[in-house]
Amino acid sequence: MAEFQWPWQYNFPPFFTIQPNKDTQAKQLEAWCLLVLSYCRHRRQYSLDVTDAQDSPLFHNKKIDRKLPLDAVYTVLEELRKKGNIEWTDPKKRNRCLIMWRTPEEWGKIIYQWVTSNGMNNTVCTTYELVNGDDTTSQEFHGMESWLLTRALQTLQLERKAELMGSEGVKFF
Amino acid sequence: MDRFVWTNGLLEPHEDLKAQQHGIKIYDGEDKTPFEYGTLILTSHRLIWRDHKRSDCVLALPLSQIVFLEETESGLGKSAKIVVHLNPASPNRPPGPVASSQNSYIRLSFKDAGETEFHRRFTEELARRSWEMTQADPAQQQQAAQAGPTGARRAGIVGIERKLEQKRKETDQTISVAFEDLSNLMEKAKDMVGLSKTIAQKIQDKQGAISEDETVQFKSYLLSLGIPNPVTRETHGSGTNYHMQLAKELSQVLQQPLQECGGMMSLADVYCRVNRARGMELLSPDDLLNACKLLEALNLPIRLREFDSGVVVVQLVSHSEEEVVRETTRLVEESGSLTAEELSRVASFSVMLAKEKLLTTEKKGLLCRDDTVEGLRFYPNLFMTKPVIEA
Repeated sequence: MAEFQWPWQYNFPPFFTIQPNKDTQAKQLEAWCLLVLSYCRHRRQYSLDVTDAQDSPLFHNKKIDRKLPLDAVYTVLEELRKKGNIEWTDPKKRNRCLIMWRTPEEWGKIIYQWVTSNGMNNTVCTTYELVNGDDTTSQEFHGMESWLLTRALQTLQLERKAELMGSEGVKFF
Repeated sequence: MDRFVWTNGLLEPHEDLKAQQHGIKIYDGEDKTPFEYGTLILTSHRLIWRDHKRSDCVLALPLSQIVFLEETESGLGKSAKIVVHLNPASPNRPPGPVASSQNSYIRLSFKDAGETEFHRRFTEELARRSWEMTQADPAQQQQAAQAGPTGARRAGIVGIERKLEQKRKETDQTISVAFEDLSNLMEKAKDMVGLSKTIAQKIQDKQGAISEDETVQFKSYLLSLGIPNPVTRETHGSGTNYHMQLAKELSQVLQQPLQECGGMMSLADVYCRVNRARGMELLSPDDLLNACKLLEALNLPIRLREFDSGVVVVQLVSHSEEEVVRETTRLVEESGSLTAEELSRVASFSVMLAKEKLLTTEKKGLLCRDDTVEGLRFYPNLFMTKPVIEA
């Protein structure tokens, strides 16, 4: 796996203090959201444990000795939730969340595009071969967790581009 | 009350009149006496009371009998009183109005006021102890000799009272000596200001001839010192007119120094500076603040300004916020990042002002902060100037 490319903000100390100026804060949070998503995407990470994440390089830059405080981590994650990129698995405690660096709709489109380009329309395949099969190793959705895949396929079903057959199979149109 | 003796009311040759007050009623301890309305006379040696109606009824109390005084303030339906605590009566005294009394103190009630002044004089006279210096009277001397060893170190409450009294007197004396110096200084202050002005003038005249740094610095000190005719309550009355004149004076005096220190000065600095310049006609903080509040109404070139944090400064009108923001941004950009302390060092104004300037600039979106345990550090706001994703 290639080295993750940190954005310039990551080495800018004020990035780790939530800015009181609203305009500045908006830009700062935008940068944080992008960083969290691209970081998870780079690591193919589909969920996030808040306590672990706070100590991970994502929120803790050891080089400049700055760490995003916990309340700021929540500010960033809430911002992501508003955008539909994360979902709390425990909304009350907010310890763990699901990460969608692409929304289910976007995933659906990507999968459907791959299906079409491989001439698999009007065929049935299992969800396992779709995300774990040899044909999809080069695809972004390879190794996708099943909860997200199901949601992505559901969006396609709404558009009548696919039909779920039980929880294990799917037919594309 | 039994310490009083009858007298003819005439002063002894060595005795001086110190104070006089009419409308005095004497109480023997808490009890009433027939001496209800008379004139109280304080001399260097005695306290004399003369009845208003019967001029032959005159009482005297030697000051040497007095241990100490107490003041009781007037209340509803009560006159102010001085409580005079007394030594025990000497056995071989001349005849007095009362043969013997249980009380070791008397009270002087001031029906027609005047107690404060009288009390002050009374205390002074007691502290002076003039009666000791003129104890030429052989009888008294003998008496003093007899009382000597026991009198000097009397035990019990009276002894303690005496000791306390003595200590108080010493303190009094120290204070009055100290203030004597101060009043001397006040007298000289005017001359000093005058002198400094002459020197300043001389240096100004010989400007070409002076080159050394120190002399130039000295000159600037002198020039920044001294307001020739300070606006005072005496010259300009009280109230708004006074404050208006004061505001005008402030704008004249402060314009130059404000320009020198970057257009802004905290109110505390202004207060110190103005009062140093005024020499002896010191301003109260209240008057200064009131005068500053009028600056805007009078359309003067300086203004009072209060920051969100409550810090109050005086600044030049020309010194706009944009100017502050631009200058602060430039300084931070030059250094990469700055704390309030660092900025105050770089730009030589107070830390408090530096912080205000940084916060103002941050509010305008030109700086951003890095808040750590080491302190609050400000950086140029790259969030706004650099694209979120670098190309």
